[in-house]
Formats: sequence, structure tokens, C-alpha cells
Amino acid sequence: MRIRPVRHGAAGAGAEAAAPRRAGPVQPGGGAPIDSAAMGTPAVEVTDLVKRYGETTAVAGLSFTAPAGAVTALLGPNGAGKTSTVEICEGFRRADAGTVRVLGMDPVADAARLKPRVGVMLQSGGVPTGARAGEWLRLMASFHARPIAPESLLERLGLTSAARTPFRRLSGGQQQRLSLAAAVIGRPEAVFLDEPTAGLDPQARHATWDLVAELRDAGVAVLLTTHYMEEAERLADRVVIIDSGRVVADGSTSELTRARQELRFEARSGLDAEALRTALPEGTRVEVRAEGAGGRTACTVSGEDADGRIGPELVATVSTWCAANGVDPEGLRVQSRTLEDVFLELTGRELREP
Amino acid sequence: MTPTASGTSPFTPAPGAAPLHRMVAAQAGMELRVMLRNGEQLLLTMVIPVLLLVGFSTTGVLDLGSGPRVDFLTPGVLALAVLSTAFTGQAIGTGFERRYGVLKRLGATPLSRFGLLAAKTLAVLAVEALQFLVIGATAVLLGWRPAADPAGLAYCVLLVLLGTAAFSSLALLMAGTLRAEATLAAANLVYVVLLGLGGVVFATDRFPDAVQPLLQALPVTALAEGLRAVLADGAAPTLAPVLVLALWTAAGAALAARFFRWE
Repeated sequence: MRIRPVRHGAAGAGAEAAAPRRAGPVQPGGGAPIDSAAMGTPAVEVTDLVKRYGETTAVAGLSFTAPAGAVTALLGPNGAGKTSTVEICEGFRRADAGTVRVLGMDPVADAARLKPRVGVMLQSGGVPTGARAGEWLRLMASFHARPIAPESLLERLGLTSAARTPFRRLSGGQQQRLSLAAAVIGRPEAVFLDEPTAGLDPQARHATWDLVAELRDAGVAVLLTTHYMEEAERLADRVVIIDSGRVVADGSTSELTRARQELRFEARSGLDAEALRTALPEGTRVEVRAEGAGGRTACTVSGEDADGRIGPELVATVSTWCAANGVDPEGLRVQSRTLEDVFLELTGRELREP
Repeated sequence: MTPTASGTSPFTPAPGAAPLHRMVAAQAGMELRVMLRNGEQLLLTMVIPVLLLVGFSTTGVLDLGSGPRVDFLTPGVLALAVLSTAFTGQAIGTGFERRYGVLKRLGATPLSRFGLLAAKTLAVLAVEALQFLVIGATAVLLGWRPAADPAGLAYCVLLVLLGTAAFSSLALLMAGTLRAEATLAAANLVYVVLLGLGGVVFATDRFPDAVQPLLQALPVTALAEGLRAVLADGAAPTLAPVLVLALWTAAGAALAARFFRWE
């Protein structure tokens, strides 16, 4: 089961989905928010990327793009190849095949020109254990020509009181936020965040999300990896679902979930799923499962047409069938699947090894 | 980019690298502060050398031959100071930086590898200057009167710089190839072994003739005895210690350049 890659331009669903989130700060001069999708060359362009470690193929022909002024999330289970992909974009690893362009440049060959323009947050570590938070951020600032004032960034991320604390004594959440601050202090054009909110408490997670949204609004290209559905759902203009080193779906959250509708209802006493299915068009799936005590049954109908939408005709057919068979369809509704439903359907439910 | 579109957000892209000298100065400052805050390193770089100097100068535990004991000991302890900072401290520090992804993270900044190396070298030289100040002052209080003339002093500076280069390249070779824990153990072991064998506090002529070529080829022996000949005995500078240190530097740097792993 594969969702075809969905490409969207400025006038497409992606721009529409992103628009409400940009309504916040008033733009001086009345200029329209940057709509990078309309701006031609994407900030990050990965084409047919392959990465092998010995016998293992971590990335197996991956392609996607990440525009400026947008958040692109690489979503996938552990071991899907997210970190390998991001680290190739960051220039830490070389691709075995395929091409990667960041701001139009090769991350390895053009490293010296690219590094000042790119911000990087590693999955963990990256700071000397004895370095103090404020000191480290000032060091990172001193590498750049026009950095953000370190103190304001510390304050923004709730680290002011920890400014004199050595890295090893910061909490996990504080360490994550410091690494995030270091990634953005040089005012980069593109930012790579590898699991930026792993292990954060809800407050810290929201602070991170707010900052990422502001980066996007300021025109920065943000590429992040996550395995949190909620994060991808809330933050990303565009979600690239990866499994076993391949893209299995690519689009805005609404595109990915809208294309996966289902019809649900409960029947007071059981119903004959096989009989219902034969009454419905070819390719429709019917699932029933016992719901609590008393013989109640939950019924899910999905997958009518090619893109998985549930049309009014199908609703009518199900209602008619229920009327003819004495079934009272309680709570009959058509709903989009959540990103998690889509994700599990695409990547399977079995546990991952790593 | 549309210049008017993004308003006054502090995150509006405005990238650019700082000038190299500013990056190197900032990084060297960070390295220096982290080194000076590290208690174990201070033990190795300051406390042990000073204790050896004071202990063996004021007691007769060691037979150091004729002449004031402090005159014999000080050059050796200065060599030990260089070994402790440029080799042991730097190997352990860099090994753990590699382990914790610090080198990797710095590799994603505009600071080049050359810049990082320059910063580390500056920080090491700054710590050495501090060590020389403390050890020198202690030695003078114990009655040390160095014999060198200006040419001899210039030769000593050359030996210290070459020794620093040799030990640094060997430190980076170790830190860039072994696990951090292995580096920690090995670097301390090398410190102790060279302290014993390298003419630091024990004169090398006490060892059997058979091992003399080996001892004379050690970088710490070249540094300690090169300094001692000039500072204690007022002898004319010789080429041998310079050659030994230059060879170690060349070999260490070539191997480190070839085998160093950043993560």
C-alpha cells in the first residue's frame, strides 16, 4: 500500500494548509509572507539518495525537497534512515549514490561556503561537558557575522537561569534547548533539527515548536526528523514519511490524512460483515470488532475509491443496507484518519528492532 | 529572498562566517577555560609537577649527582609540564570531545579544521605559559639559577614549541583513533612511563646501556635533556634533541592526518 508522492505548488493544498499559521505577526510594509514554494529552487533537494553501512542499506533511493519558509518533517520509525539522510544533508556523511543539494550546493564539496548558512542540531551531545550554557552559546555566536544576541536567545528558551551551569549538569530538556539555540544563533537560511523535542516536557516542547514556527515565518527552511505524530501534524507544512530508507508518502498533513477517510458506526447487536461487504463496491474493506460487553459491534468501512475518500453514495449504500437488515447504525460518521493511522498503515504495526 | 517580507524577526536569515582570527580566539578561549576548570587535568598539569619539584628538591630521596638538586630537576619538570598539557591533557580532552560529538558539532560550524587545530594549540601554549610561570617561580624560590644566555633561552623556546607540536600530534593520533576510555587509560599510562624513563626526574644514564638508544629516542627525553644541558650545565645547544622532536612531530602529524576520526 503506497500513497503516491504528492507535489504541491504555491497555489496547491500545501500553501492553503500553511496559510492560517502565518497569520500571526503583522508584516511591516504590508509585504506578503514569503511563499517559498513559489520561489523555484528548494532549499534542500534530495534525489535518489542511497546510503549503505556494510551489508545494511540505510537509505534506499530517497527523494524529497524542502522549501525555504516551510517546515519539512521526516517522519519514520526507528531505523528508517532519517538521521542518515539528515547527516548527509549536513555534510557529515557521504552519499553512496544520488545527489543532495542544500541551498544549491553540495554539502561535502562546498562545505566551507555552506556551513555559515546552515544551522545544525544533533540528536544528542555536541557540547563539551564542562562548557557553561551561556559560554557555549556565545562561542557559537562568535563564529557568525551577524548572530542573534545570545542572552535574548537564552531568555527566549528559558535558559537564562542555567546560563552559568555546565552542560553536564543541565537537564535533558535544557541540553536540547541549548542545542537548538546553537543551531539558530547564526541566523542561517536552512536549519536541520534531528529529533528536536525527544524527551522534552510539554512546556519545553511547545517552546521549541513556537521557535520553529517563527523560523519558518522568517523564511528559514527547516528540515526536522521526528517520530512524534503530533509534532509532524502540528508543525510541518510538509511531511515525508520514510520507512526502510524509502519515501512511502509525501505531502501536507491534510493531504495525507484527507486521502484516507473512513466511515464508522456502531451496531447494538452484531452484524454480518461479509454480507455488508458484498453489498458495497469492489475494493471496499469492512472491519468489525466487538466493542465492550453486551454484543456491541464497531464497524469501519474504508478504501472505496483509489485515493481512499468516502463519497456520499457509499454512505447512502451503507445506510440502505442497514435499513434493509435491521441494523441501527449508531454514531454513523465519515472521518479523516489521523496521521498516526496513516503512518501505522504505511509502516506496519510490528515493533522495530533498533 | 524577498527582503521586505520577513519583517523584524530576529531569525530573518542573515548568515555569514566571522573572520578567522575571531573564531580561533573564541574557540581558544573556550578550550582554555574548559581545561583550567577541569580538576583532574590541573592535578596532572600543575599539582604533580610542582610536587615533584618541591619534594625531590628539598629531600634527599633521589641521588641527583653533584650540583644543586633544583637545577637538575627544573628542566625535567618543565618537560613534564609540556608532556602533561600537550599530550595527556589534550589526548583525554579531545578523546571525550570526539565521544560526546563536540568535534562533530564544531565540524558543522564555520570554524575550519585548521581553525580548530590553531585554537587548541593556542590554548595548550597558554596553559604551558602558566605552568612555566608557576614552576619557574617555585624553582627560583627553591634556589634555581638557570645558566642559559639569550641564545640558550631561544633554543629552549624552540625545544618547547617542537615538543608541544610532537606531543600534540601524538595526542590527536591517540584521541582520534581509540575509544575515549582507552585514550584516558593509555594517555595516563604514557605519562607515568615517560615520567619514569624520560629523564624527567631520574637521569637516563642510570639505565643500562642496552636501552640507551631507545630512551634517547623518546620525545620527552629529548625535551628534558635538551633543556637540562642548556639550563643546568650552560652547554651549547645541540642538534640531536631538535631532530628527535621534529621526527616525532612529522610522524605523529602524518599518522593523525591519515587516521583521525572526527566521530
